[in-house]
Amino acid sequence: MEKTRLTRDMMAARIAAEFQDGWIANLGVGMPTMCSDFLPAEKFIVLHSENGLIGYGRAATVEEATPYVVNAGIIPVLLQDYTAILHHADAFGVIRSGRLDVGVLGAYEVAANGDFANWKTGVGKKGGGIGGAMDIASCAQRIYIMMEHTLRDGTPRMLRRCKLPVTAQGVVKLVMTDLGLFEPTGEGYRILEIAPGFSVDEVQALTGAPLEASPNLREVQLS
Amino acid sequence: MQTRSKVVASFAEAVADIKDGSSILIGGFGPGTPHNLVNAIYEQGAKDLTLILNAAGTGGGSIRVGNVSVTNLLEERRVRKVIMAFTASTHPSRTSILEELQDGGEIEAELVAQGTLAERIRAGGAGIPAFYTPTAVGTELAEGKEHREFNGRTYLLEQAITADYAFVRAWHADEFGNLVYRGSERNFNPIMATAARTTIAETEQILPIGSFEPEQVHTSGIFVQRLVQIPPDGIFHVAVPFTPPRPSAPSGGH
Repeated sequence: MEKTRLTRDMMAARIAAEFQDGWIANLGVGMPTMCSDFLPAEKFIVLHSENGLIGYGRAATVEEATPYVVNAGIIPVLLQDYTAILHHADAFGVIRSGRLDVGVLGAYEVAANGDFANWKTGVGKKGGGIGGAMDIASCAQRIYIMMEHTLRDGTPRMLRRCKLPVTAQGVVKLVMTDLGLFEPTGEGYRILEIAPGFSVDEVQALTGAPLEASPNLREVQLS
Repeated sequence: MQTRSKVVASFAEAVADIKDGSSILIGGFGPGTPHNLVNAIYEQGAKDLTLILNAAGTGGGSIRVGNVSVTNLLEERRVRKVIMAFTASTHPSRTSILEELQDGGEIEAELVAQGTLAERIRAGGAGIPAFYTPTAVGTELAEGKEHREFNGRTYLLEQAITADYAFVRAWHADEFGNLVYRGSERNFNPIMATAARTTIAETEQILPIGSFEPEQVHTSGIFVQRLVQIPPDGIFHVAVPFTPPRPSAPSGGH
């Protein structure tokens, strides 16, 4: 069977399928934003952005875009009938008070103990780019990570423990990569779904912590 | 009763008294960035500034598109300290002027989680000196900060931020200084307006007093000391990079 790494769209569609009816979700900048294109039609999901849009809609087309309405990735989006706009402190009050059911974030590294790192690109480097990630990571009900499984040179990014400074400790519930869907288990990861054509051994070779196959392991399911 | 108009004729006049060593809150997150005021302080020449904002670039969002931005002030070494949620590029292959200045010890850069930054400003405007937040517990940013447990959870003590000036951008103002923001222009602007001794607002229109219903007003005029209407040749918007929407879900193949 031909090995097929998941595209970013496929990763976004798969992780968005985890969202439950009525959830309030924050989608991080970059890949996680793509989840908004794949929200399950039968579920009502409220999208929250750090700049205060509560219940915003899909990305705007060139014709629909206005310079006044963007999401946290500074991408023009549509307002909906039920959208409310808060200021930044209130938008983060929503986060800090635990009202986010899920935060989907990108990461440089994830650890088997549920830590992840996404704000500093090197140990000892001065400065960093935190944005809203630490607030979301510390306060959302659950964190899903979306990222490429390895660096371009094949170096694993799913590790036993993070090498980079962490964004938050012990918060990651699911990791979606181009090789599958994983759950951190403390010292390793359980692989729940796997990219078409790959074996667990092949994925293990690209992962920096022990992998165990879920008894229900299956190929990544896209509806 | 007469109300005193706060309308200032030009951006140059609005920032003329800002001295070297001043601290300035700068609103914006893409939309809502006071580009004309940033441009004016750049032209005015003040240095040794402390700037509090989300990110450099256009002043609010982290994107720079041609106009003068906080980046220009950084490049000319006119900033002593920044307090921001982004003090480095989020991509390892890119570096910013702010990273160069940090590496050379030429600037103090305080990196703050964005929600903590917003709440520190809100607290500053609300007369609250400090507060506890769970954000950043267990990270490098927690080092040296007071930790305290409430109901079994650990929190960090964070201190309020106030400044000499706030630069904010709104859609409409009335001559009393009441402000209305459009769409996501709001972001940091309403909280920054409350946290400065002198708040200067740039707006697309300045309307006569009585133009707003009280329920419409987002920022009370008591928080705004100076108003400047953006002239026809001013900066109204800075284009944001456009990502076209992709309407269809994948069917499972490439």
